[in-house]
Amino acid sequence: MRKLIVCLALFIPVALLAQEEDLLKQVEDSANQKRYVTAAFKSSRVINGHSMEFIGKGVLDVRILHRFGPVNSGIKEFFGLDHASMRMGLDYGLTENLTVGIGRTSVNKEFDAFVKFRPLRQSAGEGSWPFSLVWVSGITLNTMDWVDEERKNYFSSRLGFYHELIIGRKFSDKFSLQLAPTFVHRNMVPGADDDNDTYALGIGGRLKLSKRIAFVVDYHPILAGRAPNTKDPLSVGFDIETGGHVFQLHFSNSAGMNEKEFITNTTDDFWKGDIRFGFNLSRVFTLSRRR
Amino acid sequence: MRYRIKAKDMQQRNFVVTVILVLSVTFVSAQDKFFTKNGRISFVSKGNIETITANHKSVTCVLDSKTGVIQFSVLMRGFEFRKALMQEHFNENYVESDKYPRSEFRGQIVNNSAVDYSKDGVYEVKVKGKLTIHGVTREIENDGKITIKGGKPHAASTLVISLSDYKINIPGIHRDNINNTVTITIDCPMEPLKS
Repeated sequence: MRKLIVCLALFIPVALLAQEEDLLKQVEDSANQKRYVTAAFKSSRVINGHSMEFIGKGVLDVRILHRFGPVNSGIKEFFGLDHASMRMGLDYGLTENLTVGIGRTSVNKEFDAFVKFRPLRQSAGEGSWPFSLVWVSGITLNTMDWVDEERKNYFSSRLGFYHELIIGRKFSDKFSLQLAPTFVHRNMVPGADDDNDTYALGIGGRLKLSKRIAFVVDYHPILAGRAPNTKDPLSVGFDIETGGHVFQLHFSNSAGMNEKEFITNTTDDFWKGDIRFGFNLSRVFTLSRRR
Repeated sequence: MRYRIKAKDMQQRNFVVTVILVLSVTFVSAQDKFFTKNGRISFVSKGNIETITANHKSVTCVLDSKTGVIQFSVLMRGFEFRKALMQEHFNENYVESDKYPRSEFRGQIVNNSAVDYSKDGVYEVKVKGKLTIHGVTREIENDGKITIKGGKPHAASTLVISLSDYKINIPGIHRDNINNTVTITIDCPMEPLKS
């Protein structure tokens, strides 16, 4: 009898093995692989300023920006909609971390071009890195006719430059924040006592409200070298994403659409209600196969 | 007197032999488990105006040939699309891979005894088990093929699912781009697992 019990007991481990075991546990180890954080912002611009996001390799982003007149100009001006300035631009992703872009704004008939590079990218999982670091350098070219043709005018006077370092982090699925110390240099300024160099701090934040809609704020307080009679540009708005398009609808006190323009030429005061409606329209096309 | 002692010795010896045989069965680790970490899974969604496909080349699959237990684990971020934005939308808006990083199948080959893992050949199998995608688990039953070549199994199958079954919602504007019915192709050649 005792022998029978011993024999039966020896068979119990075999019976247990017949139940479903966790085979995956025996081979899994990559549960916490490093992965790059994506979609901190829905677009490569917060509203006016560059965001920490890139568009991807081989991708062309066609961008059309509109800024209207001040809403408080009343019904006669149709709340500013009668006056529109526009920027048309193309951004192209050379690599996952390098984008180049060109554009032209109707205000000052100004061309602009930039290079945007990301040396560090926020990642999660093993060996994670808490924030992204992005560098943007741009140049602007004013192509208006000279005010005084008799004077000796230099081509270099048409040029402006900007450089910024974006430090950004996606804190959660819903919230992202970036800080961007920005330097703007204008080769020629209106007044003899005006600063050619202006320093500002770009602050960009995004709050995701649903899978496709986000609330965005873009603020550039001027730190030093403020152009006379200018105010800090502030824009608030919504990003709406549908398939390949991103629509950014916003209210802002600035009409400029490149860094040099909105940092050194914003004359309206947001807090006095001198705000204007504007929108950014972005459509991406994948030009080359990734794989 | 002598006869009885002999019988007792025989019984004892038989008992010891039986115990040794039983123990040897439980401790033998023959090539009965197989796995891969480079399994391939692709899926196709045929919408009215667009066909969307994606490929995954790092699927984990484990198979116990003795019991027929078969399990898959898929890291959702590993699906590769031709368009970067499409891949981003897949992860952010549809499968929400930050919330549900992995999809899994834990199941059983129903007719495992019909598969001779030591003999090369193609065996039609029926698989039954729990499929978890986007945090939703469903019982499924599907047909597949186990091809034995050189003692190694190669699991292949085609599975059709409805995205809505797994709470993956397609908004109205994209109904013509993304089909709710998706065809998944599984292709996992496996190597022995040394345990």
